[in-house]
Amino acid sequence: MNQRVTDYLLYLDGVSVAFDGFKAINSLALTIMPGEMRAIIGPNGAGKTTMMDIITGKTKPDDGDVIFNGSVDLTQLDEADIANLGIGRKFQKPTVFEMHTVEDNIRLALKADRRVFTTLFWKDSAGEREKVNRILATIRLEHLREANAANLSHGQKQWLEIGMLLAQDPKLLLVDEPVAGMTDAETEATAHLLKEIARDHSVLVVEHDMAFVRELGVKVTVLHEGAVLAEGPLDVVSANSRVIEVYLGR
Amino acid sequence: MISQAILARLDGRGRIFLGVILAALVAVPVLNMLVPVGSPFHVPTWLVSLMGKYLCFAILALALDLVWGYCGILSLGHGAFFALGGYAIGMYLMRQIGPRGVYGNPILPDFMVFLNYKELPWFWYGFDFFPFAALMVFLAPGILAFVFGWFAFRSRVTGVYLSIITQALTYALMLAFFRNDMGFGGNNGLTDFKDILGFSVQAPGTRLALFVATLLALAASYLFARAVVTSKAGKVLVAVRDAESRTRFLGFRVERYKLFVFVASAMMAGLAGALYVPQVGIINPSEFQPGNSIEVVIWVAVGGRGTLVGAAIGAILVNLAKTTFTTGALAPYWLFALGALFVLTTLLMPKGVIGTYAAWREKRREKLALAANAAATPAE
Repeated sequence: MNQRVTDYLLYLDGVSVAFDGFKAINSLALTIMPGEMRAIIGPNGAGKTTMMDIITGKTKPDDGDVIFNGSVDLTQLDEADIANLGIGRKFQKPTVFEMHTVEDNIRLALKADRRVFTTLFWKDSAGEREKVNRILATIRLEHLREANAANLSHGQKQWLEIGMLLAQDPKLLLVDEPVAGMTDAETEATAHLLKEIARDHSVLVVEHDMAFVRELGVKVTVLHEGAVLAEGPLDVVSANSRVIEVYLGR
Repeated sequence: MISQAILARLDGRGRIFLGVILAALVAVPVLNMLVPVGSPFHVPTWLVSLMGKYLCFAILALALDLVWGYCGILSLGHGAFFALGGYAIGMYLMRQIGPRGVYGNPILPDFMVFLNYKELPWFWYGFDFFPFAALMVFLAPGILAFVFGWFAFRSRVTGVYLSIITQALTYALMLAFFRNDMGFGGNNGLTDFKDILGFSVQAPGTRLALFVATLLALAASYLFARAVVTSKAGKVLVAVRDAESRTRFLGFRVERYKLFVFVASAMMAGLAGALYVPQVGIINPSEFQPGNSIEVVIWVAVGGRGTLVGAAIGAILVNLAKTTFTTGALAPYWLFALGALFVLTTLLMPKGVIGTYAAWREKRREKLALAANAAATPAE
């Protein structure tokens, strides 16, 4: 499978997965172009997180194609392989290494050889310090670099996790509900941060907060019962009668 | 250059720890050999061996702290690796007996003659040669840990499930070693040792040398563990402990890090067992008892999990208490005391002796700083 079969960065087609007979994802088709930022919305249980699990290798689909970068079949790989291919993931609940400092969190995430014996003899370098500084500046946590991640506020943890994704320098970032539990000011800052990141990365954002999605101003995909219900600009999508029906209940 | 690199990786606690080891390295031989027997400062040979035994436990506790404290793998089977190291050196010591056994067979150890063995089993070959036995001290536990860890970590067995199968591992080994036809001496184990490297194991000089070797091994194990936990790999281990899936989604092969630290730790436990056996003069299957492995967890918890130095101190403190309790009128209550110790530590000092001490010092420093501020303010 070294031949490029598609121009899409991420290509999902006919993907299905069932848990105990319940179809969490039902012949889902979704494509992301290189450099694109996409927002995914949908009611609870629409399969948003399961879709991310499939892309990152946590869940194996029962059926369908998941092709990354035009040629790599992601269904055959595990989480570490997929991460090293260049897909970064931010969890719904901020997940950082609480006992490490902010700086160490970023350093661990920095793109580098991940083998045991290379990390055992790892030496700090000026280039690495420079990269860490740049990321800390982007996520606005420079003043907290020596603080333990456990002592950060909820919003700061979210940013730190986004910073860790940046440090991985992935081709595609999957971001699960980045503004859940944030204040309005934090939400606005996060939207700004994501837009900045989207300038040289492809980003897939799952979010409930409509104001935030509007702020992002990108193409929106609506998921419902494990399949795509509608796709397009937010205004068009939110005018769609099926979408309104799903969101407001039948 | 190298010593500088080592010192840079030590914290204040580690420097004190190595300082104490260095002091003991000088003081104990002097007090044992040069100070006359009648003097109150004389350290008798039995005490040297007893301290040597505690130091072996300290190495074992360090090994467990490395996997449990830093990577969150609660192994309840480290006693098995300790015992395997002990058996490896025990086999060497058996072969050194030569024709001096009760039955006078120049090749076969006594228990084999007794059990009607006609020739030496193949797995005893090479054990008359010290370097081979020394290699096996690391290889036997290392290979077992590798095979066990390979399957367990790859199948993502974690938490209590992993703890339970490590218990099963040591229990299964105990049953196997109890069998006479395993070729390891059955329930009597290996004993009646005569020489190690040509020196009598009973001679005071040899006992002192074994104590010194154990001290050096403790220092080396500590430096090794410290080098691991302060490296980037050590930070990955802590990351695995605190957020395993996050680490995996960052692209780290979690199972390989676990396997590395588990094997390294098992080898360290093997070394501890190998130093223990010549000092106590016997190794038998009871060393594989599940309870032994659980006791190691208590040592580490009491001393302070994830601190290395704390683990070593915990091992020494609890065993000191054990020696005191199990001799005399209090003997029947030792297990209650041990249980109470574990419960009370978990409830009152969750960070162990070392953690509690560090917190107390931190608080005192803050109070002093506050007092200094208060004193300075009116002067302005």
